[in-house]
Amino acid sequence: MEQLVQSLGSEGTKMVVGLIAVIALVSVNALFLIWMERKVAAHMQLRPGPMEVGWHGCIQTIADAIKLMGKELITPEEVDRPIFFLAPIVIFLPVLLSFLVIPFSSSWIIRDMNVGLVLILAFSTLGVLAILMAGWASNNKYSVLGAIRSVAQNIAYEIPLLVTVMSVILMVGSFKLTDIVAAQSGCWFVLTQPLAFILYIICGTAETNRAPFDIPEAESELVAGFHTEYSGMRFALFFLAEYTNMLIVAAVATVLFLGGWKGPFLPGVIWFLIKVYAVIFLMMWFRWTFPRVRFDQLITFAWKILIPLAFVNLLITALVLKLR
Amino acid sequence: MMTYFKDILSGFYSLLAGMAVTIRYFVKPIVTVQYPRQKIQMTPRYRGHIELIIDPETGTHNCIACEMCVRICPSQLIHVEGVKVDAKKKLPSRYYIEYYYCSLCGLCLESCPTKTLKWSNEYRMAGHRREDSVINLLARMQEQQYALGLPLTPIPEPKPEAEAAAAPAAEVKE
Repeated sequence: MEQLVQSLGSEGTKMVVGLIAVIALVSVNALFLIWMERKVAAHMQLRPGPMEVGWHGCIQTIADAIKLMGKELITPEEVDRPIFFLAPIVIFLPVLLSFLVIPFSSSWIIRDMNVGLVLILAFSTLGVLAILMAGWASNNKYSVLGAIRSVAQNIAYEIPLLVTVMSVILMVGSFKLTDIVAAQSGCWFVLTQPLAFILYIICGTAETNRAPFDIPEAESELVAGFHTEYSGMRFALFFLAEYTNMLIVAAVATVLFLGGWKGPFLPGVIWFLIKVYAVIFLMMWFRWTFPRVRFDQLITFAWKILIPLAFVNLLITALVLKLR
Repeated sequence: MMTYFKDILSGFYSLLAGMAVTIRYFVKPIVTVQYPRQKIQMTPRYRGHIELIIDPETGTHNCIACEMCVRICPSQLIHVEGVKVDAKKKLPSRYYIEYYYCSLCGLCLESCPTKTLKWSNEYRMAGHRREDSVINLLARMQEQQYALGLPLTPIPEPKPEAEAAAAPAAEVKE
């Protein structure tokens, strides 16, 4: 595998091959995650879930995707056309860019930047912009409400997320993701920073707009929130972006807290994917356990509990590092 | 200040308790069945459509084609035609019900003089057409006899002349 990556030669070839691989990964991941989500949900509710298409319904998502592609792209009368058209693209592109710096193994990384983590955090914030665009351009009160909620929520949860990540960065002293993984060769950061791990998972769940923090698309109050007016492949792009965001959040959690690709016997990529999907399972487990929080509870939770705890954690980390 | 941390800890504990419940259910065996693919055993007192009882002594039904059930049925959905097989014995040559009219009142069971009707356990009655729920009880009983390994009761030929013209137009599911 190492030779395979090295044989690609120049940086340019590596980028092109990497991009193709990432697009393939994103599509396969979304197909798998939707199936996995349905299976996890079903088994937690004592039912078998999709069983008809393929072995245990494993290609059900492909059938659904084909159906979605065949659907008409409805553009309602009063929408803001350019923004309405752009929003699904804007939500999907930054998601792809984040894969530029994620190290799947010691050599499976498209570009090992020294600002890797900052790049991921910066691009993941662009998703909020896309949600706001979609909600605003739809010219629909439910969409706009969903978009407004999404912005308030994402800004509130960005702060504890960044502060939490900062305590790991303090321990490593680098934003480079390969450096962070290398620093965990002895002991995973989930053991030295358990509070940071918990806070990161909570904030990550909120950042990806997943239950119990899925109020931007709360179907019981807002129809479907910001993507109410979208249909067909445009809707599918929002869906794809949501599941890819989950993958990114889980990948970053793996890199920061779970030792990245490090593990015995199996090759690095396999270990990385095992850890990523374990974290994703944890997020699905949240979704099918906890009821959706009310909006005031959501904001109170961020500002009164998560942010103080994150700062306390950062302070203690800094003190311990200084006094050691 | 103490209540703040206590609230956080007790809240966190309650979240973990909730997650423990869902993961326990996650590993439990599933309870639903795949409806058209799997069949479940209905309780013996389930009231499906009516069917003919196979007498364990004779291995066939005891119907004498007296048409009591036809007369008492408030929805008039039972259709019986009998033929005289010899001087004393009359047997049904056609016995079918239009189940879509049935209100499950059970008067046919009570009026049957030979007690040869009962409720079946069949619950999968979905069909594509109305005619799919027209049930031929004689053919149904033959299937049950085949499954039990009993000799099949031959269905006597109906009388050819006038009665055939008077028969209702509804199709019979074979």
